[in-house]
Amino acid sequence: MPATYEPIMSTTITTSTVSFSLSSIPSTYTDLRLVLTYLAAGDYGWPSFRFNGDTGSNYSYTYIRGVGVSAGSSRTTNATKLELGGYQDASSTVPSLTIMDIFSYAGSTNKTVLFDYSSDSNGAGSTYRQVGLWRNTAAINSITLTRENWNFISGTTATIYGIKNA
Amino acid sequence: MPSTYTLIKGETLASSAASYSFTAIPSTFTDLVVRTSTRGTSGGWNSVILTLNNNNSSLYSVTWLQGDGSSATSNRQSSQTTMQLDRNTIPSQDTNLFNNTEYYIPNYLSTVAKPVSNFGVGDRNTTEAYIAAMAGLANITSAITSIKIENNTSNFVSGSSFYLYGISKS
Repeated sequence: MPATYEPIMSTTITTSTVSFSLSSIPSTYTDLRLVLTYLAAGDYGWPSFRFNGDTGSNYSYTYIRGVGVSAGSSRTTNATKLELGGYQDASSTVPSLTIMDIFSYAGSTNKTVLFDYSSDSNGAGSTYRQVGLWRNTAAINSITLTRENWNFISGTTATIYGIKNA
Repeated sequence: MPSTYTLIKGETLASSAASYSFTAIPSTFTDLVVRTSTRGTSGGWNSVILTLNNNNSSLYSVTWLQGDGSSATSNRQSSQTTMQLDRNTIPSQDTNLFNNTEYYIPNYLSTVAKPVSNFGVGDRNTTEAYIAAMAGLANITSAITSIKIENNTSNFVSGSSFYLYGISKS
């Protein structure tokens, strides 16, 4: 049986930064999985994502979430990036986990993504499941990750895996 | 390029048991994934209690989101001695009906606290169903070497299965 779940690239942040990119993603897989485990300079922020450097109003997303004792769902359209969360998440000592699955990322249709976002800091926490859409038919060859409000700090890791259907 | 999604251990219970443990987890991977298919022996809807490294100090917290088919609720626990996951998604009412759950533990060798993601479902067709997504934290800064999975209400029935996978980023 061929290998179908392979690491493509991985980055570990060693210097505080608000944003970094994973580039030159090969188009030889079927789907992508990005696993982001991050620490942050402050505890009120959330990650956001752009594909191929696109800053146009081409993103939309819908989430269901639990934030403390509050459950809710909402959607955003014509956004300039895919944003996750919106409440307290990682700190300098407590990491948060984001898993993003990108389906048919090299195909010629718009791109659908699915997020699993988990953040708990023993006093506050949130869990999200979110679907996102990038209205662009180009193959995804780069992902830019940004922390809204506070920087990613040393110890943050981001790994992209390629998944093949054959 | 090597395959990096590797089965470390998998087992299907031959008889009912109150818990199942993965021990001596190797330190050769980056992330861990646990997949379970379980049913309780009694007590209606059961949950799971997770303990890492046999550490039962008040180091665990969890935030959960649950849907029952008509509404969604959310809540949280902090400073717990275990991590209660899979909230009420494990059925015990119906023969041959099992729940399905995945736990994801990134950077399990790191020297910082360990986040845990959990997603589980149990569906009794027209009767009732539950789905739960959870964010957990174990404030344990040593490498994870064991994972204990307990049923909080009853035992796991014979036929319940537990699988541990290791994922490498290189």
